[in-house]
Amino acid sequence: MLRRSLLAGSAAVLAAPFIAPSVKAQGRTEIQFWYGLGGALGERVAEQVQRFNDSQSRFRVNATVRGSYVEVMTGAIAAWRAGTPPHIAQVFEVGTATMMAAGPAIRPVYELLGEAGIELDPRRYLPGVRGYYSDTQGRLISMPHNSSSAVMWLNLDAFERAGLSTTELPRTWAQVRAAAARLKERGGLEMAVTTAWPTWVMYEQMSSIHDVGLATRANGFEGLDAEMNLGHPFFAKQTSMLLEMQRAGEFTYGGRDGGGGAAFPAGRAAISFNSSAGRAAIEREARFRWASVVLPFHDDVIASPRNGVIGGASLWTLTARNRTAEEYRGVAEFFRFISDVEQDKWWHQVTGYVPLTLAAYEASRAEGYYERNPGADAAITQLSRAEPTPNSQGFRLGGFVEIRNIIQEELERGFQGQQDAATLLANANRRSNVVLRNFERANRRT
Amino acid sequence: MRRKVIFSGTALPYALLAPQLAITVVFFFWPAAEAVWYSFLRQDAFGISTQFVGLENFEDLFADPLYLQVVRNTLVFSLAVTALAMAVALLLAVLADRHIRGRETYRTLLIWPYAVAPAVAAVLYIFLFHPNIGLLGRALNGMGIAWDYRLNGDQAMLVVVLAAAWKQVSYNFLFFLAGLQSIPKSVLEAAAIDGARPVRRFWTVVFPLLSPTTFFLLVINLTYAFFDTFGIIDALTKGGPANATQTLIYRAYIDGRVNLDLGSSSAQSVALMVAVMALTLVQFRFIERKVHY
Repeated sequence: MLRRSLLAGSAAVLAAPFIAPSVKAQGRTEIQFWYGLGGALGERVAEQVQRFNDSQSRFRVNATVRGSYVEVMTGAIAAWRAGTPPHIAQVFEVGTATMMAAGPAIRPVYELLGEAGIELDPRRYLPGVRGYYSDTQGRLISMPHNSSSAVMWLNLDAFERAGLSTTELPRTWAQVRAAAARLKERGGLEMAVTTAWPTWVMYEQMSSIHDVGLATRANGFEGLDAEMNLGHPFFAKQTSMLLEMQRAGEFTYGGRDGGGGAAFPAGRAAISFNSSAGRAAIEREARFRWASVVLPFHDDVIASPRNGVIGGASLWTLTARNRTAEEYRGVAEFFRFISDVEQDKWWHQVTGYVPLTLAAYEASRAEGYYERNPGADAAITQLSRAEPTPNSQGFRLGGFVEIRNIIQEELERGFQGQQDAATLLANANRRSNVVLRNFERANRRT
Repeated sequence: MRRKVIFSGTALPYALLAPQLAITVVFFFWPAAEAVWYSFLRQDAFGISTQFVGLENFEDLFADPLYLQVVRNTLVFSLAVTALAMAVALLLAVLADRHIRGRETYRTLLIWPYAVAPAVAAVLYIFLFHPNIGLLGRALNGMGIAWDYRLNGDQAMLVVVLAAAWKQVSYNFLFFLAGLQSIPKSVLEAAAIDGARPVRRFWTVVFPLLSPTTFFLLVINLTYAFFDTFGIIDALTKGGPANATQTLIYRAYIDGRVNLDLGSSSAQSVALMVAVMALTLVQFRFIERKVHY
């Protein structure tokens, strides 16, 4: 029993997996690539890697699924500490600040490409995607890979039963609430409104769309000394609305993280908020007419909503003592390959992630993809409808995984009726600031 | 002078012990020492910058009201799991010890849950208790009981306790059954001749004679509830809702592996280690006195 308690404590230290150092197989330089997408999306990644390997004979990317996003990140960090990291690690967007603060452990994309002599103009990438993964000088640090945004999914059959229009869909929260009241009475489904990823949708996306900072110092982009801004009246308004809707039976809490996502494709919720990357699953499973539209906004707070933020993950190049220039070159070539317009267009259309490049978006539009698949561009519209402000360019907060969970926990206490919106936000703000200060102290370079 | 002569004779025993000692040092003492050392440090995730902060990690921990809630959760959870798993196992063992038809099949079936992996056990309980897809969950909601363990902390605790206890019943059952079978028939017959009824025979003869088994299982079950229930909690509730099912071991995992705060996680491991050593000491000092061997 001693062993177990200690293992948990030093898990990350000890969990250094044994991976073979890169070797030249059949004269090719091997590139290790760890990622965290299972199921259909994971298969698409494997397909793309296979195409890269077939496209040339100098490098071989060896892609392996390493569990969830969290597991990939902690596994890669533990491997780096043990001196055997993969060349490429897929890290989810909330891990961005942690990775960026890890100076010597990572090789920024602009440096990597510069050394390889590959020209890749950052302006090729969608602004909302580019901003999240760039430094303050606008240079790409990690490679955009799979980016989504949150959208609103509507069950049109339920709308019809409730006597609501199926063409004039809700655009504002006031309209969503009005629809929810009708859907609860006459929609014929178990839930009127639910959500997946409560913090991401209801706080991160909403703060961005309404141009209210989630944290000071441009959401942490300008320094590690950022503080949470949950005391802003906007968050009180947003939170009170959620709690009221829940009490009125119009909103049903579906659990943490992705937990609330299953209700919509199963036809149990009339309105759901989830990642645009859920499209493939909904297309396959939904036995009803549905639509996906941009997220609603409070029209008494902002007249024309700003851009939303992305979710998903990006690819990070990790350093190692014995890593050769040829290996870095292979990583750079792989990054160039996935940014290629044809590759990117394919990736966007088969996965439901937004395209990485503007060119792939244009190409998809030119071939009529969005006319055949209405709503597939909702996420792109939402990401690019306005030039990002310091409040809407994304988040660079240390310990963001923990902050997300703190907000979820406090929200759960609110839904349980243990605390009102003001207390909920004050608690979340206080606890999150502790996380930010600890991160600042641990990462201060002297 | 004589000792030096014997010395060549002790080299061989030490050599034979060496592999076992090496394993103990490498897999037990080294990680333990490492955890203690890390508990005094504040470090970024990659270990690039390290600061010695003394007892600060411990001070932060005990000043955190949520940590105290986690301590309470762990006590409630461990006691409930232990009591439930042992009581049910004892009842089943007493029943299975009687001369009934198909006794062997009955016993074999009772051992099965022990072979189920914690994560799979958790999935089984999701299929039972999930408010939308679970058999019992839907039935409860159908009867007008607002059942949703994803939002109700007490219900969440109930579900993880049930799942964790269910998995441990088999193990306890085996030991209780073996204990019951080793009780001499003559003692029971003597009690019966003296006119003691079955219930009285159980409490005055059988239960005291089972006490070594009961004590052993008490230690094992508490340890199980403290350390081995991670998989069940992770798959069922992830410590939620609002920390209601977060136990000490689960929080050490979250802080270390998800939140990448090794200092705090190590401090929690050390605190846990001390607590368990104290608990074991108490058990052997005070409870074992009441055990008849």
